[in-house]
Amino acid sequence: MPDYSLSYFYVLTFFVVGAVFVTVLLTIARLVAPKKITPEKLRTYESGEEPIGQAWARYPTHFYVFALLFVVFDVEVIFLFPWAVLFRALGGPGLVEMAVFIAILAVGLYYAWKKDALNWY
Amino acid sequence: MPVGPFGLDPLVWLPIRLLIAVGLALFLILNGALLQIYLERKIQAAMQDRIGPYHVGPFGLLQTFADAIKLIAKEDVRARLTDPYFFIAAPALVFTPMLASWAVLPFAHDVVGADLNIGLLYLTTLGSMTVLGIVIAGWASNNKYAIVGGLRSAGQLISYEVPQILALVSVVLVVGSLSMVDITRSQAGPLVNVLVLPFSFALYFISALAETNRTPFDLPEAESELVAGWLTEYSGMRWGTMLALSEYGEVTVVCSIMTTLWFGGWQGPGVDVAPLLGVLWFTLKVYAFVLIFMWIRATLPRMRIDQLMSFCWKGLIPLALLNILLVAVLLMAFPDTRIPVAIASWALLLGFVAGVPYVQRRRLATLRARARAGQVPAHAAKAG
Repeated sequence: MPDYSLSYFYVLTFFVVGAVFVTVLLTIARLVAPKKITPEKLRTYESGEEPIGQAWARYPTHFYVFALLFVVFDVEVIFLFPWAVLFRALGGPGLVEMAVFIAILAVGLYYAWKKDALNWY
Repeated sequence: MPVGPFGLDPLVWLPIRLLIAVGLALFLILNGALLQIYLERKIQAAMQDRIGPYHVGPFGLLQTFADAIKLIAKEDVRARLTDPYFFIAAPALVFTPMLASWAVLPFAHDVVGADLNIGLLYLTTLGSMTVLGIVIAGWASNNKYAIVGGLRSAGQLISYEVPQILALVSVVLVVGSLSMVDITRSQAGPLVNVLVLPFSFALYFISALAETNRTPFDLPEAESELVAGWLTEYSGMRWGTMLALSEYGEVTVVCSIMTTLWFGGWQGPGVDVAPLLGVLWFTLKVYAFVLIFMWIRATLPRMRIDQLMSFCWKGLIPLALLNILLVAVLLMAFPDTRIPVAIASWALLLGFVAGVPYVQRRRLATLRARARAGQVPAHAAKAG
């Protein structure tokens, strides 16, 4: 029996059911709930002040720096998982290679640290 | 021809089993949310010397039911400036990955939706998909509070994801499998993983608090500064799906991961005789963690965003890398026994518990000395 493809079919079903469930729930709410629209209600909430301009504006770049660091480390994790599963089979050479890999990343983290990229202002 | 359970043809049994799995997951999420909201309110009340909900039903048990019905019947306001498609899609984007992660949680022997051989990787992937929904919700709201909350949330969630996943790697090193069922099976005796790898557990626990936006890391929803963070523009059932269902479901998923990886999942006395007893052990362990989360919420104050980020990048991530290397080297040097790994991990944990307050005190002393000398710290000067 193709067991694994079946498992992924399960996963797919969970995704579909999740989306359908939310849609149904929100549709019920839309049918049940009252709808009395006033211009005040449709105004963006800003603690009672008149909102000035939109919120879609420029925002600080340190979000970008952290996102970049995250991408580096998240890709690292993708490489770590298969190594961890086959740890015993790969043996000493695998361990040395992974140690070099982690060391390079640690140096990168140290560099970012010294470059003041890890401080949030 | 093979015969499935209850004498049914396997082809008939499989779709039935699938329906049962999905239905059960939805049922458990809904009930879990109702129960956890009630528990949270009652426990916080007890800790703050209040009574908590007590009007609706005996001991206020029906309070959350009443709240849920009220939420469905509430007007769903969507402000004029919002982005219509993303604003409506965001609740589904937060909820669906959370539901899908329930597919691989092993409740007991053979009581699991799908035993994926990459179960753990699958769970981490879905965990990071929540960020997407939160950022989209914040951006689509076109509200200044929501957008700052959403971006902060993105920064926090992606940062804490790194130590969270790195902590999982050390367990995979010891067990040698990514399947949740195999990981549970490997902890049949009293030697559960938390005794071998307590430090990875501590790392995971801290990051899990941050990943589920619980105190002391609930900055994305910091009421005192950002109203309701990324949820500011949401109301009615959209709010209910995002906050009540998804957040509490996420907490349950994270607690289940901790239970499975470090506390032996469904293993407990009597599961060899009656496998369904595993469901009881699993649930008890998960709810123990849920209660600890609530206890922490009632105890600790919220962290500041810069402290939060530097604690992750300068503290947890280097320590997690060190932890992985140490576990790998010790496992390679002593392939037959786990005692050296356990000793090293306990030593790291003790060092962490003792070291953090020490480092913090030294940093504070330096800052105070500088302030007394009239010097402004470098980063504060740059921030201007």
